[in-house]
Amino acid sequence: MNIVNILEEIEKVDGEIYERLSPRRSAMKDFYSMGKKIALAAAPLALGSMFNKAYGQTLPPAVVNTLNFALSLEYLEYHFYNHALVAAPTLTIPAGAPLAAITTIRDHELAHVNLLKGALGAAARTEITYAMTDFTAGGTFPTVYSDYVTFLKVACGFEDTGVRAYKGQATVLKGLSVLTTALQIHSVEARHASHIRQMLAANGATIKPWITGSATQSNDTGVSAVDAVYAGENLDVQAGITITGINGTAVTRAAAVECFDEPLATADVVTIANLFIKPGFKL
Amino acid sequence: MTMKNNELETKSELQDERLFNSTVGRRSFLQYAGASAAGIALVAAGCRKDRNFPAVPSTGATLDFKDDFGVLNYAYALEQLEAAFYVRVASAPPSSFSTAQKAYFQDIQFHEVAHREFFKNALGTAAIGSLEVDFSTIDFTSATSVLGAAMAFEDLGVAAYNGAGVRIKTDAYLVLAGKIVSVEARHAAYIRDIISNGTFADLNSLTSLGASVAGGLDAALTPDKVLAIAGKYVKTKINVINL
Repeated sequence: MNIVNILEEIEKVDGEIYERLSPRRSAMKDFYSMGKKIALAAAPLALGSMFNKAYGQTLPPAVVNTLNFALSLEYLEYHFYNHALVAAPTLTIPAGAPLAAITTIRDHELAHVNLLKGALGAAARTEITYAMTDFTAGGTFPTVYSDYVTFLKVACGFEDTGVRAYKGQATVLKGLSVLTTALQIHSVEARHASHIRQMLAANGATIKPWITGSATQSNDTGVSAVDAVYAGENLDVQAGITITGINGTAVTRAAAVECFDEPLATADVVTIANLFIKPGFKL
Repeated sequence: MTMKNNELETKSELQDERLFNSTVGRRSFLQYAGASAAGIALVAAGCRKDRNFPAVPSTGATLDFKDDFGVLNYAYALEQLEAAFYVRVASAPPSSFSTAQKAYFQDIQFHEVAHREFFKNALGTAAIGSLEVDFSTIDFTSATSVLGAAMAFEDLGVAAYNGAGVRIKTDAYLVLAGKIVSVEARHAAYIRDIISNGTFADLNSLTSLGASVAGGLDAALTPDKVLAIAGKYVKTKINVINL
């Protein structure tokens, strides 16, 4: 016996169910339906137009800041991958699946840049060009564009930072349609992170698609230079509830760490991002 | 599970069929929809006295989206489904799974169990009951079938969290949902790559779940759409109100 879709049943007997049950939510619904259109069309212009409608051309400063912050990170990610693909002759990304994956990720980052630029319109920050970046992080990763594994390690740090950064901004966007858009970017970054981690594993690293840890270890990449990216990732208490062994289950500390990704505060993300930006252009 | 519980479940299944083979009247719906998770027993008791209304099952779960508890219960329902699936896979994985795949499916099993138990504890007395699952469409001996179902669960989970986030009113719960959805996305990517390497974020294949290729955006679906898809795997009736 399969479940009956209760909503269909509801609509059969009461076509006005939504209005009747929840008239107060009409404002939220407008927001939400715009969000759905964005999800379908997802053109940067559409998002920009939604903002114009929603805010009468003026974005709240906190939302502008958050979207510009996201835009900065997306510029960095885009240039990181794009340079690897088009202008790093000493870097060999193996043809086939690896090259295709890096291309896919680069294309997503560019789509995110364009989406956020469109959403911000005139409020968008100035463009970050490749010339403003330094993916060696001041010499910490001198072989980032000549050694494939080093390149993947930095990529892993970028993606895991991206996941944590979006998570840290969620409350600023609470209840807004753009939160959905931000969440949709956030989970794409998590998919990237999972894949980059698998690429690292395929090249000899001991690393899982998810971030593992222990009571004493939060950085599971084996790259101490990226400790800041993973600081505080090894929590096993969520909302006051201890996850290890929860309700008598066999959930280990490692699984407890793995099953919740932690947010990163804006200031911490800025510190990490600035490692990859030349003086004079830092966030 | 005790024998008594099994008997009750059998009885309630029969009642379910009776309810849905008959027409759901407006009055019966209102009574049904008015049931909160905690109030189901009371409503059911009241309905027995109503001769015009067929027996209301003693099982069933109501997701009342009027507040964050509704969203958390929605997440709890989906995590129950995922956990039940992975517990079964991890206990007897398809024979063609590699050692690494078996280990990672163990990991995922514990992640989903942890999510399920977390929501159960966080919701406390507001938690819906345990859902009865229906995995009859999945061949647990076949890697293809198991991986296909796992991908469906993970992609749907991502779409569900992404689509429900905007409904959450409490900062702490919003952040918690964010902490979980990225792990589901990591699972989804891993499983997709086993099925076909490189499809970790194939947004083209996710457009039916609300993804956008042009925007580089992942899946996002409203709860009604998610539950319509998930319904195939759940026997327990899920009632949705105040969506």
